[in-house]
Amino acid sequence: MDAALVFIAASLLIGLGALGTAIGFGTLGGKLLEASARQPEQAPALQGKMFLMAGLIDAIAMIGVGMGMYLIFVIAPGML
Amino acid sequence: MASSSGELTIIGYIQHHLQNMTFGKLPAGYHRHASGHHEAEVLTEPTWTLARSSEEAFDMGFWAFHLDTLAWGIILGSLFCFLFARVAKKATIETPRGIQSFVELIVEFVNNVVKDTFHHKNKLIAPMALTIFCWVFLMNLMDLVPVDWLPSAAMMVTGDSHFFFKVVPTTDPNATLGMSLTVFGFMIFYSIQQKGALGFIKELTLHPFHSGKIYIDIFLIPVNFVLETVSLIAKPISLGLRLFGNLYAGEMIFILIAAMFGAGLILGLMAGALQWIWAVFHILVIVLQAFVFMVLTVVYMAMAYDTGEDH
Repeated sequence: MDAALVFIAASLLIGLGALGTAIGFGTLGGKLLEASARQPEQAPALQGKMFLMAGLIDAIAMIGVGMGMYLIFVIAPGML
Repeated sequence: MASSSGELTIIGYIQHHLQNMTFGKLPAGYHRHASGHHEAEVLTEPTWTLARSSEEAFDMGFWAFHLDTLAWGIILGSLFCFLFARVAKKATIETPRGIQSFVELIVEFVNNVVKDTFHHKNKLIAPMALTIFCWVFLMNLMDLVPVDWLPSAAMMVTGDSHFFFKVVPTTDPNATLGMSLTVFGFMIFYSIQQKGALGFIKELTLHPFHSGKIYIDIFLIPVNFVLETVSLIAKPISLGLRLFGNLYAGEMIFILIAAMFGAGLILGLMAGALQWIWAVFHILVIVLQAFVFMVLTVVYMAMAYDTGEDH
């Protein structure tokens, strides 16, 4: 029974992380396009910084995904 | 390794691929199960041995070494040092070879990032940033090698069908947290060197709320201390686990795709396409995580040097 709980916990972990990341990337991408449209000559610099922020945004979500996968594939089978 | 009933289940395949090659000490009287051509035995005295299953690796406790992470890390690190040193020694202005321009490209790129972020004088920061970027990138690059190629090649070479090792060092939290704790050590060392121990403690207790009047500060200090310590501890943990989380999830998906190959022709073809798509996307993730790890290291060093007047 508690294996099912582990699966629910892992899916929440991954799902909520993905929700936050999606919103973050959406606004980040939007702002990048806006700023590049306003100042096309700054586009490369902005893109560089966008990738840096992209790496930072999905940091916590990916830690959650890593933990979720660990739960699903290592802890849950142990309980089945 | 594989489940006791012998046939390979998906869970057995996945768990088998998550098992580091650990070398550690098993206590006396430890009952070892039979696996592969080793038969069951009870240990008479504490012996240093290779773990045959994740239970044994777990029972080895703290002092167990992940040989695969250490080996691949050192191999890739020395490859990077050897390659860059050789190119640097033979660098010529008249007839630069392709490899030299490639190395110059990377050094130029890292130098620009460090110059933009770190405005103080320290000869260690740029080389450290270059090493971190190239080493983490090389370690991440191993993730693109299909999951079963290197281990099965090693199985053929050694003839021992249970010889398995994980190829990507950065999917092992020991490696990534090891690097981030080293960066944390540098951070503490430099901030104490620059601001003095008292300055460092003052930074921990008087930021962000301070009023200059001592009787108000007394109440603010505990609040500041808790806030600052949490953010101080969060830096190395998030730095290390970010790299680990990205690579571990990436490798897990590669393992899942590899497991699909065994499930008939249609799924096999789909798995081939999926493997290619995920590998292409993963190239971005690999470079990005190495870049983010480097930039954050330089930013943390810059914060250590930042004595607080100018902000």
